[in-house]
Amino acid sequence: MRRLLLPALFLVSLWPASAVAEELVADLSDHLVEITMGFEGAELLLFGAVEGEGGGDVVVIVHGPTEDLTVRRKDRVGPIWMNRGEMAFDGVPAFYRVMSTRPLGEWLPDAVRERHQIGIDHLRLPLRGGEPAAESKAFHAALIRRKQAVGHYGEEVGEVKMLAKRLFRTDVAFPTNVPVGNYTVEVFLVQDGTVVSAQTTPLYINKTGVLAEIFSFAHDYSAAYGILAIIFAVLAGLGANAVFRKV
Amino acid sequence: MHVYLPIAEISVNIFVLLGLGAGVGMMSGIFGVGGGFLMTPLLIFMGIPAPVAVGTEANQIVASSVSGALAHFRRGNVDLKMGTMLLLGGIIGSTFGVWLFKWLSALGQIELVIRLAYVLFLGIIGSLMMIESVKAIRQTRSPTAGRRKLHEHRWFHGLPFKMRFRRSKLYISALLPLAVGALVGILAAIMGVGGGFIMVPAMIYVLGMPTSVVIGTSLFQIVFVTANVTFLQAYQNQTVDLLLGLFLIVGGVIGAQVGTRVGAKLPGEKMRFLLAAMVVGVCIKMMVDLVSTPADFYSIALAGGH
Repeated sequence: MRRLLLPALFLVSLWPASAVAEELVADLSDHLVEITMGFEGAELLLFGAVEGEGGGDVVVIVHGPTEDLTVRRKDRVGPIWMNRGEMAFDGVPAFYRVMSTRPLGEWLPDAVRERHQIGIDHLRLPLRGGEPAAESKAFHAALIRRKQAVGHYGEEVGEVKMLAKRLFRTDVAFPTNVPVGNYTVEVFLVQDGTVVSAQTTPLYINKTGVLAEIFSFAHDYSAAYGILAIIFAVLAGLGANAVFRKV
Repeated sequence: MHVYLPIAEISVNIFVLLGLGAGVGMMSGIFGVGGGFLMTPLLIFMGIPAPVAVGTEANQIVASSVSGALAHFRRGNVDLKMGTMLLLGGIIGSTFGVWLFKWLSALGQIELVIRLAYVLFLGIIGSLMMIESVKAIRQTRSPTAGRRKLHEHRWFHGLPFKMRFRRSKLYISALLPLAVGALVGILAAIMGVGGGFIMVPAMIYVLGMPTSVVIGTSLFQIVFVTANVTFLQAYQNQTVDLLLGLFLIVGGVIGAQVGTRVGAKLPGEKMRFLLAAMVVGVCIKMMVDLVSTPADFYSIALAGGH
């Protein structure tokens, strides 16, 4: 812990003094999560310090890369269930988490939550085109529900621990099915219902090693990949047969 | 022990994959079927995306059929001329099927079509097999029962472009094997199966081929058709996961060898009944999935066309 906090405190000392008394500095234990063959999820430590009088609340938002999603609704057609209605959402975060020193409540006004997309109900999920709001509500709710079901959106607000009103820390957990791409981690210091200081930290989640090579080979040289897959299968089939015939 | 699959993009247990490969491989060794109709639904059930399950399973079927095809070829159990005709149809059908798969995925209907195809084809084949095997079991008990006619004339025997298939002792229209091959090719691409369970009965009952060359010719055709599906799925959709394939193949080839030895000791009629029961079982599972009220009416998918 001390090992991690020392660089943070060092950063605090470097932070330029300004008219606003409260300043915030935060960092992640790692800015790169490598997905290797044995990847079983990852946990990062986000830590930081508040300079000034102290007090206030710290809110952390983790945003994944954006993706375009289609939400489909099943309806009954005769005896079977099939997809009938669909709506497309563009630029939806693939991953989203909120952590806070206190459960989100009245201390954080709606306007602030709206502006910084704090809390799942304030997350902006833009509908493609100008579809009617009445119908889209159910699709919007379904998108969040399905993303929560696969662990990409948090079900609850995580906890940020505050130590001596100055230092804070929280664990950010990523499941095995974490979307790859560029993430941003935003840290807000809230006092008296306003954000008095904020910091954004980048985070990269990438496949590395053999995984990355297989993936890029499959995408960049897909014809060669297909032929290789066939050759591999033929050799495996014939090889196994040859081995077993001798037994 | 878990392994993260590069194309499927999920982490799965290695031993589950090896076990699955061995289990289905053994089944295919015992019954002489590819086992794709069991493997693909199981992979999807495990959380592997349907396109990756279908593409990778095609790759696995190449491995599991190739040594059998070669063995039959050496023994002269392959009607090359018939196989080539079936294969021509198969290449056309599977190429169309891979395109159809992509189109249906974009429409959000692929899941529905996969299930409907399973219900329809496994339902028909499973019940026919069951009736047949029950009859066969009865016949072995009363050997005086009647014999099948050597040749029955049906409407499709009047089709043009007649061709002589010496090895199969047939003089039939080339359109027949082309059509059978094309249908099986489409199913291979959409259902993630080799299609032996359709091909073999079609060869016997529709084409009227002698049973001695049916298995070999069917395997010969399946190797090339599934190779075509593998290539196209990899080339057009990037949905062949080599690592997933590796584990399934390793488990599968071992299981198949064990299965072949076990199968040789089991009575044929009872085996066919067991296989029929399994086919009907998968069909019923798919039917239940189609008609039961879903836990959530909504689903999400990455928007296509990127």
